Amino acid sequence: MAINPHNRGPLRTLSVLALLVLGLYGLLGAVSTWGEAQLTPKLGLDLEGGTQLILKPKIIGNEKISEGQAQKAVDIIRARVDGSGVAEAEVTTQGGGNIVISLPGTPDKATVASLQKSSQLRMRATLVEGAGAPTPVPTATPTATPSATPPAKGTSTAPVTGKPKATSTGTVTTAPKSGFPPALAAATKPAPTATATPAATATPTTSKSPSTAVKPKNASDLAWVTPELEKAFTALNCANPKSTEDIVDDPNKPMVTCSTDGRAKYILGPAEVFGTEIKDASSGQKQTQSGSTGEYEVRLDFNSAGTKSFCDLTSRIVSLPAPRNQGAIVLDNRVISNPVPQAALCAGNASITGNFTSASAKVLADQLKFGALPLSFGLLTQDNISPTLGGDQLRYGLLAGLIGLLLVVGYSLFQYRALGLVTVSSLLIAATLTYGLVTLFGWSHGFRLTMAGVTGLIVSIGITADSFIIYFERVRDEVRDGRALKAAVETGWVRARRTILISDAVNFLAAIVLYALAASNVRGFAFTLMLTTIVDIIVVMLFTHPLLSILATTQFFGEGHKWSGLDPERLGARTVTYAGRGRVTIAARRAAAQGNQS
Amino acid sequence: MNSFATFGNDLYTGKRSFDIVGRQKLWYTVSAILLVLAAVGLFGRHLNIGLEFRGGSEFRVSSISNTDNFEARGKSAIGSLDTGSDVIVTKIGDNTVRIQTEKFENALSDKVETALSKEFKVSADKISFSTVGASWGQSVSQKAITALIWFLVLVSLVLALYFRTWKMSMAALVALAHDLVITVGIYALAGFEVTPASVIGFLTILGYSLYDTVVVFDKVRENTLAAEGNGRLSYSQAANQAVNQTLVRSINTSVVALLPVATILVIGSRLLGPGTLLDLSLALFVGIAVGTYSSIFIATPVLADLREREPAMQELKKRALRFQSAQARRAGAVPSADENPTEDASPQDVTRVPSASSTSTTGRAMHPYVQTGPRNQPKRPPKSKR
Repeated sequence: MAINPHNRGPLRTLSVLALLVLGLYGLLGAVSTWGEAQLTPKLGLDLEGGTQLILKPKIIGNEKISEGQAQKAVDIIRARVDGSGVAEAEVTTQGGGNIVISLPGTPDKATVASLQKSSQLRMRATLVEGAGAPTPVPTATPTATPSATPPAKGTSTAPVTGKPKATSTGTVTTAPKSGFPPALAAATKPAPTATATPAATATPTTSKSPSTAVKPKNASDLAWVTPELEKAFTALNCANPKSTEDIVDDPNKPMVTCSTDGRAKYILGPAEVFGTEIKDASSGQKQTQSGSTGEYEVRLDFNSAGTKSFCDLTSRIVSLPAPRNQGAIVLDNRVISNPVPQAALCAGNASITGNFTSASAKVLADQLKFGALPLSFGLLTQDNISPTLGGDQLRYGLLAGLIGLLLVVGYSLFQYRALGLVTVSSLLIAATLTYGLVTLFGWSHGFRLTMAGVTGLIVSIGITADSFIIYFERVRDEVRDGRALKAAVETGWVRARRTILISDAVNFLAAIVLYALAASNVRGFAFTLMLTTIVDIIVVMLFTHPLLSILATTQFFGEGHKWSGLDPERLGARTVTYAGRGRVTIAARRAAAQGNQS
Repeated sequence: MNSFATFGNDLYTGKRSFDIVGRQKLWYTVSAILLVLAAVGLFGRHLNIGLEFRGGSEFRVSSISNTDNFEARGKSAIGSLDTGSDVIVTKIGDNTVRIQTEKFENALSDKVETALSKEFKVSADKISFSTVGASWGQSVSQKAITALIWFLVLVSLVLALYFRTWKMSMAALVALAHDLVITVGIYALAGFEVTPASVIGFLTILGYSLYDTVVVFDKVRENTLAAEGNGRLSYSQAANQAVNQTLVRSINTSVVALLPVATILVIGSRLLGPGTLLDLSLALFVGIAVGTYSSIFIATPVLADLREREPAMQELKKRALRFQSAQARRAGAVPSADENPTEDASPQDVTRVPSASSTSTTGRAMHPYVQTGPRNQPKRPPKSKR
């Protein structure tokens, strides 16, 4: 088939577009066949149904949080969401450090409250240790809940700093030490072997200043164990991941809790070292004079207050019998580590060793660092969309889009006749590209199409169509100036291209600013606006213009058929146009027409 | 249809020309009245701030088979829990009821859901609810203001660079502020609810308004550069011609942009009820309409006013007047001296009146030279004055 040499350039451009579309859908097909992508765009919660929580991390007593702290906050929330056992939950960040949690279905109030809790790390002394599952003691009523627990809300408001620690100890020493029933004591016996926590040994860095050990050792006193605590301890079932949710971590009181893996449970003395007193925590291989030992350790540095409290704690418990010689590091109500100090540690730093791997040492070090950052989370919004409503929204949104598209098509056919068909096909190509891109972004960046995004797509129909209008009007202007269509298309294109590019640039800028600064889920709107602006430029450059160039060489358009929308006579080009090769377009036709009339 | 094409032709050639730039006082007055109305609305009536800015809870019960007496039933369902706050119950579409309360204990929402599902006899999964803390709306509006400032700075820079004159940036921003104030004013006057989605809609209007203005200004720049070169039109006349030539595009664009937005608006208000979709589309609908008006009637006259004060432009005006009167004399058609020079002022038109009878004359702008003698080469001012 012979190709009009005039069409070679445009055809090449069109084939670039074809390659682009094929590549896009090829990639999509590939990742959906071999990867986890799906062939339809991922839908947001407002279209699919589910719950979205937006949390704002706050540091207690501090206004702003830094980038790194925000990242830590996200890690904490992610760990909590994973821990709550909700499947398919997504945790993302949004402009301004807000954390967005998306959950399918409706979470119960306790889950929501537990996500909001402030993150608190404290070190306590171990009083009693037991196996994680409830002990089969006949007196233990399985329904008994810790009686000392007010609603979980209390936890987040508990002040972390500034409270004098273990001040009440003086009165407790006089209390009877009898509160330790044999049943419970028996239950605790097998516990030390049942714990999965590494048999941690704190290496002595320096052991001196015995004078500091004069302090009363009451935080480890068994007198803390009241009958209520025993009851709570017996009832506690660490196999249930939600068992620690209601536990109140009051720094002045002893507490009952589980280890993070749920295999051991403890009664702990009042808090002695606070997370805020930890200056830094790091992990790495243990270094000795002979070099690296290959054993991993977690190093801790305390500030001056922390050094003193830690010194008090370690020097007191180091001589106590097991399990009371264990310290307990409690994060978010759970014991994350229970190292046994080998000596009184008073130098302001310590290292925890045990059966750490590189990864587990890092996890513990990170957890200790979270502790240094008393974050709490304010609930900004909670949206719960029922699947029915979501489905309705999607259906009506699509309906609106379809009707809008049909109206635009109808209007452009009315205004531009056959040229309107170019608009229609360009819009279809734009829709194809946008659909593919939205789906692909859903796979690669977890982009979910929300109602706002659908609105953005519908609005962009108008803006995309406007590029064609600018172009067509420019071509018409050139035809009015008396140019032949082929020339008019080229000249009009050069001028229209500039206008299209600058106006799209302004649009794109608006979308970027919106995207970067929008706080809510309307971000989807900015994103689709951004996407469609780029698609618009691609389609105008790679499809509409080459198509029009090719059409200009056809008889229907090139000679300005009445229905082509580019009829020079109707466009007021009342003058002679030299069409090349001695042909004159308008004058010849007009002469013919006049000849017929006369 | 035919008449619309002819209308476009006439506007392009200048046969029909609306004196838009010349009557700037009229448009300024119209806009001033609108702005005053907007201000009255803003300060007199205040904006109807949505739930998202005040904080509160909203429940939506969908697929209700019997919505009779929904208001009392909704209130009694909530009232039985004695939350002690105002309850607003509205019906959306055919079978959905929306219940809004302020200051609501989050922990109570389970009970409310149960009460509502019992009252309206639907299963619990047909009930949606959302809670918004009071700080949420604040953080959204704060972000919006930051976004606004950033956007204005960036856009002024881009436009000043692209058009090579800060006056175009300036005029575009005046039109922008005009659009924004009027849109917000319309919201206040009509009592539409302002939600975070509407705020985003307002920000989008900024983009659209500028977009529209930029298209017109691009043509203005093209025409005025030509005018500065050949000295046939004053700046205002060239700008007016540009506005007229892009008028058809402006109308087409606005119709095409408004059609989908209007569809969302109708479907949103009829079937979906208040939500992101409706809020966004309402803000956009109002904004696009106002934006189209301002890009034609405000931005270009303001630009022309700004530029006409320059000495070079005054010079151009004198040159253009000289040329036009000479042209008119030569062509034999004597326009009366007191006629407004911006009307029927384009060179094509001046020459075409006599040439219409003769088919041998082309409609091109340079052809008058052919009639009047040797062709002058286009003059360009020195680079420093461009």
